[in-house]
Amino acid sequence: MTTVLNPQKSLSVNPLKMSQPLGAALAFLGLKGMMPLFHGAQGCTAFAKVVLVRHFRESIPLSTTAMTEVSTILGGEDHVEQAILTIVDKYKPQVIGLLTTGLTETRGDDMGRILKIVREKHPELASLPIISVSTPDYKGSLQDGYTAAIESIVATDYGPFASDEPPTVSMKPQVTVLCSSHLSPGDVEELKSIVEAFGLTPVMIPDLSRSLDGHLEDNPHTVTTGGTTITQLKQLNRSCLTLAIGESMRKSAQILEGRFGTKYEVFPRLAGLDAVDAFLWRLSQILTSRCDHHFPLVPNIPANLQRQRRQLQDVILDTHFYFGGKKVSLALEPDLLYQTAWLLTEMGAKIQAAVTTTKSPILESLPIDNVTIGDLADLEDLAAGSDLIITNSHGTALSKRLQAPLYRMGYPIFDQLGLGQRCLVGYRGTMQFLFDVGNILMEEEAKHSPATLH
Amino acid sequence: MKLTKGKINELLTQPGCEHNHNKEGQTKNKSCTQQAQPGSAQGGCAFDGASIALVPITDAAHLVHGSIACSGNSWNSRGSLSSGPMVYKMGFTTDLSENDVIFGGEKKLYKAIAEIIKKYNPAAIFVYSTCVTALIGDDLDAVCKAATNKYETPVIPVHAPGFVGSKNLGNRLGGEALLQHVVGTKEPPYITAYDINLIGEYNVAGEMWGVLPLFKKAGIRVLAKITGDARYEEVCTAHRAKLNVMICSKALINMATAMKERYNIPYIEESFYGIGDMNRCLRNIAAFFGDEALMVRVEEIIAEETAKLDVALAPYRERLKGKRMVLYTGGVKSWSIVSAAQDLGMEVVATSTKKSTEEDKARIKQLLGEDGIMLEKGSPEELLRVIEKTKADLLVAGGRNQYTALKARIPFLDINQERHHPYAGYVGMVEMARELDEAVHSPIWRQVRKAAPWEIWQQEHESLLNLEAE
Ligand code: SF4
Repeated sequence: MTTVLNPQKSLSVNPLKMSQPLGAALAFLGLKGMMPLFHGAQGCTAFAKVVLVRHFRESIPLSTTAMTEVSTILGGEDHVEQAILTIVDKYKPQVIGLLTTGLTETRGDDMGRILKIVREKHPELASLPIISVSTPDYKGSLQDGYTAAIESIVATDYGPFASDEPPTVSMKPQVTVLCSSHLSPGDVEELKSIVEAFGLTPVMIPDLSRSLDGHLEDNPHTVTTGGTTITQLKQLNRSCLTLAIGESMRKSAQILEGRFGTKYEVFPRLAGLDAVDAFLWRLSQILTSRCDHHFPLVPNIPANLQRQRRQLQDVILDTHFYFGGKKVSLALEPDLLYQTAWLLTEMGAKIQAAVTTTKSPILESLPIDNVTIGDLADLEDLAAGSDLIITNSHGTALSKRLQAPLYRMGYPIFDQLGLGQRCLVGYRGTMQFLFDVGNILMEEEAKHSPATLH
Repeated sequence: MKLTKGKINELLTQPGCEHNHNKEGQTKNKSCTQQAQPGSAQGGCAFDGASIALVPITDAAHLVHGSIACSGNSWNSRGSLSSGPMVYKMGFTTDLSENDVIFGGEKKLYKAIAEIIKKYNPAAIFVYSTCVTALIGDDLDAVCKAATNKYETPVIPVHAPGFVGSKNLGNRLGGEALLQHVVGTKEPPYITAYDINLIGEYNVAGEMWGVLPLFKKAGIRVLAKITGDARYEEVCTAHRAKLNVMICSKALINMATAMKERYNIPYIEESFYGIGDMNRCLRNIAAFFGDEALMVRVEEIIAEETAKLDVALAPYRERLKGKRMVLYTGGVKSWSIVSAAQDLGMEVVATSTKKSTEEDKARIKQLLGEDGIMLEKGSPEELLRVIEKTKADLLVAGGRNQYTALKARIPFLDINQERHHPYAGYVGMVEMARELDEAVHSPIWRQVRKAAPWEIWQQEHESLLNLEAE
């Protein structure tokens, strides 16, 4: 069992953590026709926007209630109301994600009451879903804010179908897939196609693969053009199972179980042979379990996945030379840390140090004795002598100082291309990770080999 | 300095800023007082502005007293470069927790300061208040003072919590901190007859380095850079300069006016962008000193540099001739870039006047001619409309508009904070020409605009089908 160290420090040096509101906004961006709205002073939104734009290289819709000194003293109702009206008028969103910030939480704005007043005053907004979530940035991290937003998304009642909006009918059983913050748009895409390959209809929450994957639209747009639709959210009750990807999605899955009685299963990670095997095996059971048990069906695993599995086994063989015995230090959010640390361990690498951002039960089962909730200065102290550092782009300087190569994961990554589509889960994604990291380690070995020294 | 309403008002009504000289006799700076609009506001907060102005002081530590949103989401994201110390690049924050919000963060702040001094030994520490710490009423001044007394490292409070206003106001609040606590606290080791300060130039992408050699060659000494690639100590001695040169921005106008009052240092406003402006800058400085030899040296430099430039720019001029540009950037920079573009033979068909003063606008009008469009607002939709209307070849704007252009398949050049190429001075001009050329003539534009063969097929057959239907 891993010991979680949480030193209470006065000073954070080179923060690893990003704010809850940023995480919530990211989750909201996986809904179609979405405009996230920060209830706070304008700077929080501007910073969040810069981070997301630089990471995904996409235009990112975000807006602010633009609280000022005066409105902070008097209360923010007017600003929330005005912001919602302006957004509806200018951007015509299908849904608004309203999130709080440190400022408005400290002040104690009661969002439920404010929204109620706005709704009473403006009956014309009746059909517009507004998902509200509390995300003070003096608590938690990006992953926590993201998770809180997902919990709000699945807890919100989107009302019945409108007459002009027929529910999508499908012969295939529907499953809800809850995607934790450690999944990139490319990961979500891969996950979706795997689930579909088993003859299932997945509802991804959130579906970043249609909003932040980086693609050209025909017309300019001001809200997200893809993602989970409100129609999909209205029929979550039809899912026969919830697949929660990432430990942080457990509570959201429980909320769905509470509301609709949908059973759930948590898959804390989806990289590495064992993890993917277990996931596919479970998927194959969903269809067969619906059949008559007197005539057991042979589980049907799609041929391309079976082939990918053999490829992965080959890749594991080819790459293991470079991983064996290597010391790796990681600073990542809990879900991503768990997935990555185990994959590396399964390849024969040693986890030298692990730093993370926030509490999570999953931290107790890492392949290392201690994990520190801390910052990049902690990583720098712990990582001396590592063969590889894995963290976000802020790790560039420390990796130079430690003379160890850096593999970038997490948020923000602002000095690398292709993050909208990078996929590191499933058999295919695992192979990608092994190639990426294997190449770095191989190059490093070549640098230090006797042949180059002479 | 405590942040009082009076102080903010004073900063908003800088007499040196023509924003305040509009016809109706209103006395406040429009771009500063304009309240951010709920639902449509886009820009950064005052804290953002203050850090833009101060973080380029490279040997100082910059400690953000607040919750993680302020520092965690923004540290290490700006492009101002250092020729030496790197401590300014580190992210220091008190990372406020819920407990601190309830019980106050002063003790934590004091300990954080102590730790920075012990571990990193910076030349000074700038401590920034933010929304939450301002709201809970932490006494920044008292903590900073106590720490300064105890450790003998200057610890400077910067009162620019986000909710007091825009990035612009934040710039000035940053300047205010320098005036209050830094400028005039030390004497320079020596002085020369040609000492100037550069104000408002942050060495983004190393721009300053393209210009400093010119001053050196002419015999002009830059005493303090405020604040690009500055060392804390040089800013302390800035009060001994003979002239303040404000670069490309009115953001720190309060520093220039205050230093004129307090130390009798006159100021001029100049720009490093474009041949004409760079020439004028050197000439104006020389003219200020009124020294014959200096003027001659400056003319020699100008002659030499322009001759070199003509050769270097010739191929670009040919390729860029007649290309049409829509420009969207703030303040003084807009007319400065307009003239740079015209130096290259390009046509600026529209430009922003959002942050421009009446004086800037007049100058822009003159440069643009009759047909030029002056953009007051720059929403993405508005920009796209103008680009379409004017059949512009590219958009030159701040990074925030990059994806507005690219998503519409329009060439784009970044002109603001986060870019990576220096455009200042004569060398910068070549760099800018090269970048413009790359942007406009890239072979990618045909590809990203091309319809897929099956789409074309469909269109053709649709018309056939329609014909048949008729
Ligand atoms: S608006 Fe306030 S809380 Fe938000 S980043 Fe600016 S100073 Fe920090």
